[in-house]
Amino acid sequence: MKQMHLAAHFPGVNSTTVWADPRSRSQIDFTSFEHLARTAERGKFDFFFLAEGLRLREHNGRIHDLDVVGRPESLTVLNALAAVTERLGLAATVNATFNEPYELARRLATLDHLSAGRAAWNVVTSSDAFTGENFRRGGYLDRADRYTRAAEFVSTARELWDSWAPDGTSRPFAHSGRHFEISGEFTVPRSPQGHPVVIQAGDSDEGREFAASTADVIFTRHGTLEAGRAFYADVKARLAKYGRQPDDLRIMPGVTVVVGDTDADAEQDAAEIRRLQVSPQNAILALEQVWGRDLSSYDPDGPLPAVDPDPGSSIVQGRVRVADPLGVAAKWRALSESKGLSIRETVIESTVRQSFIGSPETVAADLEKFVATDAADGFILVPHLTPGGLDDFVDRVVPLLQERGAFRSEYTGSTLRSHLGLAEPVWKG
Amino acid sequence: MSATRPLHLAAEIGGPPRYDAASHVALARLAEGGALDFVTLGDSFARPGPDALAVLARVAPATSRIGLVPTVTTTHTEPFHISSAVATLDWVSGGRAGWQADVSTTEAEARLFGRRPAAPASALWQEAGEAADAGARLWDSWEDDAEVRDAATGRFIDRDKLHYVDFEGSTFSVRGPAIVPRPPQGRPVTVIDGTSGPAREPAARYADVVHVRATSPEQAASLRDDLRRGAAAHGRDPDSLRVLVALTVDLGDAETAPEPGLESGPQLAGRGTYFRGGPVDLAELITQWYQGGAADGFHLTPITPERDLERIVNGTVALLQHRSLFRTFYPGGTLREHLGLGRPANRYAPARTPEGTS
Ligand SMILES: Cc1cc2nc3c(=O)[nH]c(=O)nc-3n(C[C@H](O)[C@H](O)[C@H](O)COP(=O)(O)O)c2cc1C
Repeated sequence: MKQMHLAAHFPGVNSTTVWADPRSRSQIDFTSFEHLARTAERGKFDFFFLAEGLRLREHNGRIHDLDVVGRPESLTVLNALAAVTERLGLAATVNATFNEPYELARRLATLDHLSAGRAAWNVVTSSDAFTGENFRRGGYLDRADRYTRAAEFVSTARELWDSWAPDGTSRPFAHSGRHFEISGEFTVPRSPQGHPVVIQAGDSDEGREFAASTADVIFTRHGTLEAGRAFYADVKARLAKYGRQPDDLRIMPGVTVVVGDTDADAEQDAAEIRRLQVSPQNAILALEQVWGRDLSSYDPDGPLPAVDPDPGSSIVQGRVRVADPLGVAAKWRALSESKGLSIRETVIESTVRQSFIGSPETVAADLEKFVATDAADGFILVPHLTPGGLDDFVDRVVPLLQERGAFRSEYTGSTLRSHLGLAEPVWKG
Repeated sequence: MSATRPLHLAAEIGGPPRYDAASHVALARLAEGGALDFVTLGDSFARPGPDALAVLARVAPATSRIGLVPTVTTTHTEPFHISSAVATLDWVSGGRAGWQADVSTTEAEARLFGRRPAAPASALWQEAGEAADAGARLWDSWEDDAEVRDAATGRFIDRDKLHYVDFEGSTFSVRGPAIVPRPPQGRPVTVIDGTSGPAREPAARYADVVHVRATSPEQAASLRDDLRRGAAAHGRDPDSLRVLVALTVDLGDAETAPEPGLESGPQLAGRGTYFRGGPVDLAELITQWYQGGAADGFHLTPITPERDLERIVNGTVALLQHRSLFRTFYPGGTLREHLGLGRPANRYAPARTPEGTS
């Protein structure tokens, strides 16, 4: 049977953590990271995952204050987690735009050594000038260039990792390309995995192409069976032109799970979670993100605004932009009218979605179906509680997946590559 | 200097490059057994070795009290990233982080990044000072109580307690605020080797701990006075600066040596004057220099860490403890507490009048 891969996402900056829940604890204390990582390792997960954002979000020119915010720097936390885990993969999101290959390749190789072969890099590409204001280079990188830099970044990092042969000898490197012109000697010997695992997150055509050409794992947002299958077929079909096999790339959507004693219990919990995630203030905010207007005077329990969105607005900063605000607004209006929904109810229905809801048996069967029918190779689970949000899943769903033979009962290898069933990279000396 | 002023001791755990976690953990635990203030781990893009900050983050959960001070270079790196990483080391260690700021002067290092050519030490140290300044501002950019989790208003943070730093340096600018909330120590400890001319000014201005290389107690005392005057000139309390004499030590394999003392031996990575002798001889030297007012303490670089650190802890430190010159346990939990340095007030927090007073 096709084996499922599982990863635990530590919810960083986000609007989905139910932070007012009494069980919700610090998003920054190391004990929180330790709890989720140990839970994931107890569940024999493939890896632990950290996202990244390099500038605090703003709304209407002011720091956005409704969401969980404030997080530590990924690689440093993962090095510390390497001390309290033994097998779990450790994946850091690190931006290819605001870093340099020599330094980052060295930090990733160091994590791979210190964790005995468990390091992964999620390559993200945000290049906006807003984030650039925290960095020397500023925000000069065009959107069109973000993946050319990312692709050259990854291949340069691999040249550096390959400048040490598996037998421990090293030779100088020299890379000359459009984005980087660098040479010298790499200071870290070949790490246990040879090359740390490369993950890609980004959904455009260029993003998919970049993943198909070079990534080991792709992190997506396709949480429905149909969207998942279409994405899966599309991306796996792109591999051949790079001389790769479908099995060389793992597709793992980020998903949420609500487990209850019965399906009805879980549905009820999920509805309550959605209501808590979309507070009255967050409902107005979600509306403003689509409308691009200040709608703070609207009643979240009242009807949608009669005015149309302002497509040229810039009130939202540091978030993914709504591509077609007029279209989205039309959809929301139709939904609100047909079901008689308020602003808040409309937002609840339209935005936040639990992907897998039900009894442990239902959730296990649904997850297995996604994997068995090629909608995914596995999942990155995003809990709504920090740090205990995966306890239930690990205690109640994982054993069922194991019984069904859909998920490992023990780690068979010690490196993240071995958990993911990925081949050792061939040394290109 | 009054003898009641506490002596501070730190040790480098670098030595020949090692890439595994176990050897670093073992050395840090050894130093912790001697109640040393902190361990340092040198770093440079120019010679073999792992990323030092990463190694000490790996060491953090495997130790409980000792301060952790990696070298971080500021020349080809991003001040915003440095500030986040050091703050994170403070979070994962529960308030035991510092960083030793250093510069990359060579053309070979510049070529590893390909962003700009090598520059003179004076310009690089000015930039290092700016990186320290910007970093400290970012650490302050969240007030300690910025996270409010106020369910009634739906606000997770009080945005009035988060601050843009709007730092404009000669080679970079940073808008802020930090992405990492203010770390446990408020500001992790900043260490600079203030021996060389261009490093002296940023050391006096921004460092909490300054290492100096000196071949006599008089020279060390004069460097210390100079640094303290510099600190005062920048409006700092000179007593908020700890000056440690850097010694590279070769403790051989006897308790005492026939002719112990400082030698013009190999200047190992420029980490201070070379001392050869036994652990007891080293304790003698530390006692004399310290009681003579030459320094607030010592930063020792053992030439063979596995051998010499063990002799430092079980020989030299044990003797200093026996003489009541050095602590036998950690009375506090954070590196600032070990060093007797207060938790800095936040520069952006308005001085709030306590309720009931006016
Ligand atoms: C599932 C997923 C997760 C992402 N996580 C991050 C992140 O943690 N940090 C970040 O800066 N960008 C993140 N991104 C943004 C991408 O790096 C990229 O900038 C964005 O998706 C635009 O690229 P695209 O047009 O190819 O989708 C994520 C994107 C996706 C699809």
